[in-house]
Amino acid sequence: MKKSKLLTLITLIMATALLAVGCGKSVADKNISTRVEEEKSITWGVKSDLRLVGLLNIKDNKLEGFEVDLAKALTKRMYGDDVKVNFVPVTSNTRMALLKNGNIDALVATMTILPERKKVVDFSDSYFTAGQTIIVKKGSKITNPQELVAGTKVIGLQGSNSVQNIKKVAPLSQVLELPDAAQAFSALQSGQADAMTSDNVMLYGLVSDNPNYQLAGKPFTTEEYGIAVNKGQKDILNKINKTLAAMKKDGSYNKLLLKWFGQIPGFKVGDVQ
Amino acid sequence: MDWFGAYSWINMRYLLQGLLVTIQVSVISIILSFIIGAVLGVVRYSKIKYVSAIVGFIIDLVRNLPLLLIIFFTYFGLPTFGIRLDIMVAAITALTVFESAMCAEIFRSGIKAVSPGQMEAARANGMTYVQAMFHVVFPQAMKLMIPPLLSQFVSLVKDTSLATIIVLPEMLYHAQNIYGQNTNYLIPIFVALAGMYWVVCFSLSLLAKFFDKRMSA
Amino acid sequence: MIEIFQTYTAEFMQGMGMTIFSSLLAFAGSIILGLVCALFEISPIKPLKIIGTVYVEIFRNIPLLVVTMFFYIVIPKYVMPMSGFSAGTIGLTIYTSAFFAEVIKAGINSVPTGQWEAARSNGMTYLQAMHHIVFPQAVRIIIPPLGNQTITLVKNSSVLAFVAGFDLMYQANQISSITFQQVPTYFIVGILYLIITMPLSYLMRHLENKLEV
Repeated sequence: MKKSKLLTLITLIMATALLAVGCGKSVADKNISTRVEEEKSITWGVKSDLRLVGLLNIKDNKLEGFEVDLAKALTKRMYGDDVKVNFVPVTSNTRMALLKNGNIDALVATMTILPERKKVVDFSDSYFTAGQTIIVKKGSKITNPQELVAGTKVIGLQGSNSVQNIKKVAPLSQVLELPDAAQAFSALQSGQADAMTSDNVMLYGLVSDNPNYQLAGKPFTTEEYGIAVNKGQKDILNKINKTLAAMKKDGSYNKLLLKWFGQIPGFKVGDVQ
Repeated sequence: MDWFGAYSWINMRYLLQGLLVTIQVSVISIILSFIIGAVLGVVRYSKIKYVSAIVGFIIDLVRNLPLLLIIFFTYFGLPTFGIRLDIMVAAITALTVFESAMCAEIFRSGIKAVSPGQMEAARANGMTYVQAMFHVVFPQAMKLMIPPLLSQFVSLVKDTSLATIIVLPEMLYHAQNIYGQNTNYLIPIFVALAGMYWVVCFSLSLLAKFFDKRMSA
Repeated sequence: MIEIFQTYTAEFMQGMGMTIFSSLLAFAGSIILGLVCALFEISPIKPLKIIGTVYVEIFRNIPLLVVTMFFYIVIPKYVMPMSGFSAGTIGLTIYTSAFFAEVIKAGINSVPTGQWEAARSNGMTYLQAMHHIVFPQAVRIIIPPLGNQTITLVKNSSVLAFVAGFDLMYQANQISSITFQQVPTYFIVGILYLIITMPLSYLMRHLENKLEV
């Protein structure tokens, strides 16, 4: 290859790299609300491996779940029907990075509002109250989290605060952290641990399709879920809060809750608002 | 174990979509790391004062770090410095950085193996250093370098599976989604997954053997 | 960065210990398995040759992560319980042994056949010839690429992070998700990995130079 050709190629590569870098930066810093209105498209981060909450349906490659519907409903009310809603699958591990990276505009992914997280991102008002608990195989001798004594193992999700919480409730049990819910549940089914811990709403989804597993014990924490946006995006945050309040007032929020969680035995709308 | 259900067209198509991403990421990273690796290898061999040593040190650092760490740093760490990449770009970048360093070593060894007499003869005939390098030394070095380079590329294809942890929708990630939703699909999907990787990698290694025979002829 | 290291020293050290331990186990296992495999591959007994070749061709062309997940998810479900550390280390061993086998085979094959013939005509059995004449000469050829594969093995041990193997990379994940301090955490982990791999790397280069003459 001639020297000049090589130099051209190298320059092209570097230019592309800089472009990639530049693109990311501008997307995250610009006012998201204005950008959504201009470009008529918004990108939400949602879970893709949690039944009832956010699950990728392999048949049609579409995401379905409570949070998916919530994102669609919010977008429609905030920006109108003609805004395209894009979804990016996230895990507890990757959701913060995706938001900070500017790859997504807002995050609705079973994310608990916590002070440490508030330092890094902004949260909307709470849209769901969950509680952390555990699931075990049917017939297991463990009936509540406190029974996870020394010698037992419990699986948690990397990046989720459920890992720290379970250590407080079951300090002698060994905690295994796995990258996402699908992997975690697969590992549980393979007998890698005696229980899996997460928020009840996520665990409901898992047991709904797997009657061999059941929740054990009462929730031992209260998890307030919030929609997260990057720091400095006050416009979209205010819009989200206003729209959430409106949805709760006119009953469409309750409808959504019942649509996805109505079949769960013992579910009361009041519990999760 | 539900073989029939596991191998439904829907699931297989989903796996193939993952394969497509695996191939895309691999091919782009291969091309980039070949070029960058070649340049770095030449610089490393050329013993340009200070530059070669620094480049050499950086290459050694990268070659001695786990690829997984490089992936994490590229995706989770760079935003701290204001560099934000989306998942696919981050995966390609991390793979390229790592593979370029590996390729650089292969290039350096290959160039070294070509007798210095070739370089001298080329320079004596009026070629510049760069001309001599690319027109005389490289073609001869290629004979030696193609097998290890192709083997490095097979590694790259396999290493794309590591990007599953940053939710790159490649083949392993898709497979995990399938068996995560139905545990009866576990073994069938595993067999399909391993099989697909095997076909791609084995074909590449057959290519390597083919080139090997042709070059030695 | 120093504060993170000081706060989590125990975790970092545990991670490093697990990485080293896993690498040592996998190294030993891969050498043994790889040697057996290489001998199978060059064996005149047809069935053994097939087994050896098939084994190598399979595991050189499947990602390490797939092999590891097999031992973490599939084996415990149908065969026997297996911890993350075990699954990761076994996966690492089987995967690496295929590469070690190729290197050892190439080394043995590089010894001129004249050596074999001389040994056999002096009354040695196949194994005696291998042990006393051929192998010692093969070792010279084997050591450089084997060294490289070993460094690769240490780096590959990071796959334990996927299966809660409590190695260095797993700790990196845990700590960075608690502290949100990704860059300092990865830096520390990077340095800790380099403490293991850099000396190995320079040792290899030194050995290579010594053997080159």
